[in-house]
Amino acid sequence: MATIKLQREDFDAAAEAARMTRGRTDIGAVVTFTGICRDHEAGHGVSALTLEHYPGMAEEEIARHVAEAEQRWPLDGVTVIHRYGRMAPGDNIVLVVTAAAHRAAAFAAAEFLMDYLKTRAPFWKQEERAGATAWVDAKAADDAAAERWEQPGKRDAAE
Amino acid sequence: MRESGACPDSAGTGHALVSVTLRYFAWVRERVGKTEEVVDLPPGLRTVGDVVTWLAGRGEEYAHAFENPKVVRAAIDRTHVRPDATIGQAREIAFFPPMTGG
Repeated sequence: MATIKLQREDFDAAAEAARMTRGRTDIGAVVTFTGICRDHEAGHGVSALTLEHYPGMAEEEIARHVAEAEQRWPLDGVTVIHRYGRMAPGDNIVLVVTAAAHRAAAFAAAEFLMDYLKTRAPFWKQEERAGATAWVDAKAADDAAAERWEQPGKRDAAE
Repeated sequence: MRESGACPDSAGTGHALVSVTLRYFAWVRERVGKTEEVVDLPPGLRTVGDVVTWLAGRGEEYAHAFENPKVVRAAIDRTHVRPDATIGQAREIAFFPPMTGG
């Protein structure tokens, strides 16, 4: 059963990972990814980030991708926590925890979910730098990272 | 129980004004100057792209927000759509820049 949370408050990655495996002996791999607010971007300093989101759609969009991950890989658990509001360098932004019997599925699903969160989940980052604010531009590298998960239609069946 | 056909709005005659909630996020919100508004879409608008063109003509702030329509993304009832998507029975249309979450 997947856990999806959007919240202003911080999260505890270790506690979330522990919660996923508590009482279970069939899980052989847990991957946790934590995205953290850093103090620099493309050569300039960043003093804070504010994350805006589209309430309702953000949860639904994340749930869609979690469901897709569960279809693609044999997962025993998925947790996604995405924060919104203002964050200072060093603060947690996003958490993805995936659990599976074997590591390949857990690694792949965590990376898949992060790539999609960056490009498809309705969140927008605004940076504070030296007294000014600027919306963060989407990165082509993030689009490319998400695109590599696209599955080629039904072509295989015809060949 | 609701009787079908009792509500003339659902008949899709195409004459009545269609009322939808428009929502704006990030710099689209800043440029438009509001987070959301309920508007009556004029008849004849068929696609999301048509709505963008109509919005861009509503004033300087909208023209600024939609000056480069290719950059602005849209969602109908909380699902991503392309500019050629038909509005259909949309209740909520959102406009926003490319996403930068994660």
